[in-house]
Amino acid sequence: MHPWLSQSALSPAGRGAEEIAELFWRMTGAASVIWLVVAALAVWAVVGGPAKARPAAQRAMIVWGGAVAPTVALGALLAYGLSLLPGLLAAAPPGTLKVSVVGEQWWWRVRYLPAQGAPVETANEIRLPVGEPVDFELRSADVIHSFWIPSLGGKMDMFPGRPTRLVLKPTRTGRFRGVCAEYCGASHALMAFDVLVLEKPEFERWLAAQRRPAVEPSGTAAEGRDLFLANGCAACHAIRGTEAAGVIGPDLTHVGGRLSLAAGALPPGADSLKRWIAKTHEVKPGALMPHFAMLPPEELDALAAYLESLK
Amino acid sequence: MNELREAQEKRLLKAWETPKGWRYWSEVNNTEVGVWYTATSLFFLLYAGVLALLMRIQLARPDGQFLDAETYNQIFTVHGSVMMFLFAIPIFESIAVIFLPQMLGARDLPFPRLSAFGYWCFLLGGIFLCGSLFFDAAPRGGWFMYPPLTSSYQDGIGADIWLLGFSFIEIAAIAAAVELIVGTLKCRPPGMRINLIPLYAWYVLVAAAMVLFAFPPLIAGSMLLEVERAFGWPFFDPARGGDPLLWQHLFWLFGHPEVYIIFLPSVALLAMIVPTFARRPIVGYTWIVLSAVGTGFLSFGLWVHHMYTTGLPGVSLALFSAASEAVAIPTGVQIFCLIATVAAGRRPGGSVPMLFTAGGLAVFVVGGLTGVMLALAPFDFQAHDTFFVVGHFHYVLIGGALFPIMAGLYYYFPLIDGKKLSDRLGRIAFWLMFAGFNVAFLPMHLSGMRGMPRRVFTYPAGLGFDELNLASSVGAFILAAGIAVITWDVLRPKRSEDVSERNPWGAGTLEWLPPLPPATWGVRSIPEIDSRYPLWDQPDFERHVDEGRFYLPDADEVRRETIVTTVIDARPVQCLQLPGPSFITHWAALTIGGFFIFGTFGLWKTALLSGAIGIGVVARWLWTGSAHIPARAEKDVGLGLSLPLYVSGPDSVGWWAVFITMLAVATATVSLLFGYFFYWTVNDDFPPRGAAGPGVFWPCLAAALLLGAWASTMLSRRLNRRDDARGFYAALTGAMALGIAGAAALLAGPWLTGLEPTNGVYPAIVWLLACWAGLHVLTGLIMQAYCLASRLAGRMTARHDMDLANTELFWHFAALTALATVAVIAGFPLAAR
Repeated sequence: MHPWLSQSALSPAGRGAEEIAELFWRMTGAASVIWLVVAALAVWAVVGGPAKARPAAQRAMIVWGGAVAPTVALGALLAYGLSLLPGLLAAAPPGTLKVSVVGEQWWWRVRYLPAQGAPVETANEIRLPVGEPVDFELRSADVIHSFWIPSLGGKMDMFPGRPTRLVLKPTRTGRFRGVCAEYCGASHALMAFDVLVLEKPEFERWLAAQRRPAVEPSGTAAEGRDLFLANGCAACHAIRGTEAAGVIGPDLTHVGGRLSLAAGALPPGADSLKRWIAKTHEVKPGALMPHFAMLPPEELDALAAYLESLK
Repeated sequence: MNELREAQEKRLLKAWETPKGWRYWSEVNNTEVGVWYTATSLFFLLYAGVLALLMRIQLARPDGQFLDAETYNQIFTVHGSVMMFLFAIPIFESIAVIFLPQMLGARDLPFPRLSAFGYWCFLLGGIFLCGSLFFDAAPRGGWFMYPPLTSSYQDGIGADIWLLGFSFIEIAAIAAAVELIVGTLKCRPPGMRINLIPLYAWYVLVAAAMVLFAFPPLIAGSMLLEVERAFGWPFFDPARGGDPLLWQHLFWLFGHPEVYIIFLPSVALLAMIVPTFARRPIVGYTWIVLSAVGTGFLSFGLWVHHMYTTGLPGVSLALFSAASEAVAIPTGVQIFCLIATVAAGRRPGGSVPMLFTAGGLAVFVVGGLTGVMLALAPFDFQAHDTFFVVGHFHYVLIGGALFPIMAGLYYYFPLIDGKKLSDRLGRIAFWLMFAGFNVAFLPMHLSGMRGMPRRVFTYPAGLGFDELNLASSVGAFILAAGIAVITWDVLRPKRSEDVSERNPWGAGTLEWLPPLPPATWGVRSIPEIDSRYPLWDQPDFERHVDEGRFYLPDADEVRRETIVTTVIDARPVQCLQLPGPSFITHWAALTIGGFFIFGTFGLWKTALLSGAIGIGVVARWLWTGSAHIPARAEKDVGLGLSLPLYVSGPDSVGWWAVFITMLAVATATVSLLFGYFFYWTVNDDFPPRGAAGPGVFWPCLAAALLLGAWASTMLSRRLNRRDDARGFYAALTGAMALGIAGAAALLAGPWLTGLEPTNGVYPAIVWLLACWAGLHVLTGLIMQAYCLASRLAGRMTARHDMDLANTELFWHFAALTALATVAVIAGFPLAAR
C-alpha cells in the first residue's frame, strides 16, 4: 500500500489549486442546474398540454433557451474564470525560490537553484516551504512530459528545447503526490514524484542536508559501495563524495532518505531497492537502466544496504 | 398504361440490377456500397469496443496485471484511432452514402465508382491497422501521436502504420466528402431549392465541407512526421530547429473540427427523426441551418484549447477560451430547436428511435456542460489530460453520436432490410446502454478531479481511484451488453417476419417514398419538389411517383441515369449517365493502398512502383468510365423536358469535384506554408544566416515557366474550343514542356545551392515545399498527357472537352501553389533580412 496523502485537485493545498477547486464546484453547481432545467423543458415538451404548441412560445424557447441564456451565462462564466488567469500565470516575484525540473523517461531530475550557494541536485522528490511561491523551470530531456501536482495547482507541459515555467504556492504543509500528465511512452503511468510541504526552517534544514555529500558507509554498506563502483553504476549515477559522477540517471547522493523509489513506483526500503536493481523492467517496462539480475543475493543485499544508508 | 409501366420498370430493373455471384462485389450502387460501408464501420465499432473492455479489465483494480504496459499502450492508441478514423467518420459518410440520394430523390450519387473505391480503401486500410495489433506491431503513440515520442523514441513500424495507414484512409474520407458535397449541390431533384433541402443534407454538406478543410492539416502533418521518421528531415526535432508544437497545432486544427464532423451528422439524424415522431415540420429550420454552418466555422477557431498547458501566453488562452465557449451557443440553438419541435408537435410515443434520441440528448448535454467547463483555461490547467476529459468526451461522443446513430439504426432499418428491428430488444438495449454508460463514465469525472491522469496502464491503490474505476469497469460491461443486444437484433434471422408497410413511421421526407424493401433503382421517377416534407404536403405524391409521372421514369437505353441540377435553385441541367459495376475500383484501391502499405515497411521503391501502377489504373478507370461522348446530344427525361447528356465546365459534376478536391489540397498547401512561418516564429535564426538556398534566380525562373505552362494550358482549351486541333496539340505540348522545365527549375533552387534537408529545419521545409509544388506539376502533367491522348483517340472534341476543362481548373490551383511557394521560399528570406 502506498501511504500517499493526496493526489487530489479537490483537496487543495496551494493557492492555484484552491482557486480552481472553487471554480470547479461553482461550475458544477451551475451546470447541474442548467441540466435540470433543460431536462425539465424536454419532459414538458413531451408531456405538456395543448397550450405548449403556440408558435410564439416555440420561438421564445429557441431564442431565449438556445441563444440568449447561454450567451449571458457564458459571458458571466468568462468574466469570472478569466479573472483568475492573471493570478495563475503571474511571474514569480524576485527572490523566489527557483527549482529546475527536467522530465526524463520516466523520472524527474530536480535541481534547486537557491539565491545563495550552489545548486542542489536530487530526483523524484520535491520539498517546499509552506506559504512561499516557488518558481519551477520545466524542461524535458526527451519526449513531452507534463508536470502536475494536483493538490498545489494546475499542470504545465515540459518540452525538449522549449522551457516552460510554473509558479506554485503551497498553503498548507503535508505530503502530496505529483505525476506526469502527458503520455510519454511505455511507463508513463509509473512517472510520479513526492511532494513534501514543510515549515520554512524544516525545509532549510532539509536543503542544507541535501547539499552535503553522501555519508561514509561502513560494514556491509561499504561493501555495497565497492560493488556500486565495480558494477559500473557510476557510469550513469552520481553519489557526491564518491567517484560516482554519472549524469545520465538520477543523483543518488541521498537516495536512502527519499519517500519513494523509482519515481513513485516503489515504497522506500531495502526490498524495493533490490527489486529495482534485479528486476528493473518488471517494475518499470522500458526503463533505460539495465537490470542486474545476475548479481548474487548477497551482493544485492550489500548494494541495497549501501543505498539505504545514503540518508 | 400498365403495360408501359411494367416495361419501364423492367428496363429500370435491368439497368440497376445488382450483379450475381462473386461479381456481386463489383457493384458500385450507393444502396449496396453504403450498406457494406456502414456494416464495416459498425464492425470496427465492435472491435474498438472490445479493446475498451480489455482496458477496463486492466483498470478495474489497482496494480492490474491483466495487460502489460506496452500492450495497454497499443490498445488505447488503437481504440481511440479506430473509433475516430474507422468508426465515427466513416459511419457518417456511409450513412450519408446510403440515404443522401434517397433524400434527394436521386438514383445514386454522382460518382458511384468513387464511393466504391473509397469503401475498398477503407476496408483495406482498416484491416491493415486493426490487424497490426495481432502482431504486437500496432501504433502506441496515442491517437494524437505527439512527437518527439513518435518521431524519435518509438522504433518498429507502429507509428508508420498510423501515419501512412490513416493518411490512406483520410484520403478515402476526403474522396467520400467530395462525392457527398457534389451530390448535395448538384443531384437534388428539380425544384428542391436551397431552402427546401432536408436538414440531413444540410448537415452532411457542412460536415463534408469540414472534412475538406480539417483533414488536410493532419495529412500535411503526417507527411512531415513520416518524412522525419523515414528520411530524418528534422521537422519536429528541437536539436535541429524543429518544434514538436507544430504537430500539435496541425493535429488539433484537424482534431477539434473532427469532433463536430462526428457530432453534426448525428444531430442530422435526430433532425429527421424528431419531426416524424412529433408529426410536424421542424421548428426553426433556418436557425438550425445557420447554427450548423456557424458551428462548422467556429470549430476551426478552437484548436488551441487542447494546448492550454503548453505555456502559451495568457492573451491566447483568454481568446481561445472565449471562442471555445461561443460554440456552445449554436449547439444550444440546435438542441432547443429539437425540443421546440417536440413541444409544438403531437405527443411522441416512446418508440425506440425516440428513446435513443432522448437518452442521447440527456447524455450529450452533460458532455456539453463539462465541455464549457474545460474550455475555460484555468479549469483546464487541472482537468487537462485527466479522466475528467475522458468522461467529458465520451459524454459528447456517445451522447452526441453513438446514441443518435442507434436511433437512426432503429429508424432507418426498414429502408435497408424492409423489416423493422425488434421494439422489445431495442428497449432492453437502450436501458442497458443508458445505465451502463452512466455507470461507466460519470465516475471518471471524479477520478480525474482526484488526480488520475489519462493513458495510464495502471494506478496505485489508496489514492481514491479504486472504487471509481471498479464502477467504470462494471458500467462498461453493462454498456457492452446493450450493444450486444443490438448486434443480435440486427443479425438475427428475420425470415419469418413480415415486410414493413410503406413509410412505417409516417415520415414526410423523400427517403421514405419507395415501397419496402426499396428497389435498387431508388426512386421510381425523380419528382418535382415544392416542400420540405413532400410526403406530407404534396397531394397524390406517392401515386404520381409510382406511376412514373415525374422525370426519368424509364431507362430506355438500359443505362443508369440521374438528373443533375443547378446549385442554388435546382433547375435541371443534365441527364447524367452513371457508370455501372466494375472491379477497377478494387485494383485502384489495392495499388494505391500498396503505396502506403509498402511505405510502412520502408520499401519505398516498391511503394512508388505500386503508386505509379495505381495512377495507371485510375487513368484507365477514367478512360473507360467517364466523359464518353454520347450518341445523341440531348435526351427526353419526361414532362416534356429535354436535357443534354454531356456538359463540361461548371455545369458538370466532374468540374465541381475537381474544384472541391483542390480546395482540400490547397488547405494542405496552406498548412505546410504555416509550418514555414511557424519555424520562423520559434527560431531566432530563420532562415539561418549563411543559408545560401534556394536563392532567387531558380525559384523565379520556375515561377515564370510554370505560369507559362498554366497560360498555355488555358490557351489549349480556347484553341480546342475553336476546333483548332493543331493549335491545341502545340499549346498543350508546349504547356507540358514548360511544366517539366518549371518543376526542374523549382527543384534546382535548393539542389544547386546545396541545401541538405537533414541538416536543419530550414533546408527541410524548403525542400518539402518545393517537392509539394513539384507534385502538383507532376499531377498536372499526367492530366495534360491524358487530354492529349483523349483528343488523339477521339474521346475529346471541340465541344466535348470535360477533361480539358478539369485540367485547366487544376492548373489554376497548380499555378497558384507554385506562385505561393516561390514567393515564400525565395521572397521571404529577402524580406526577413
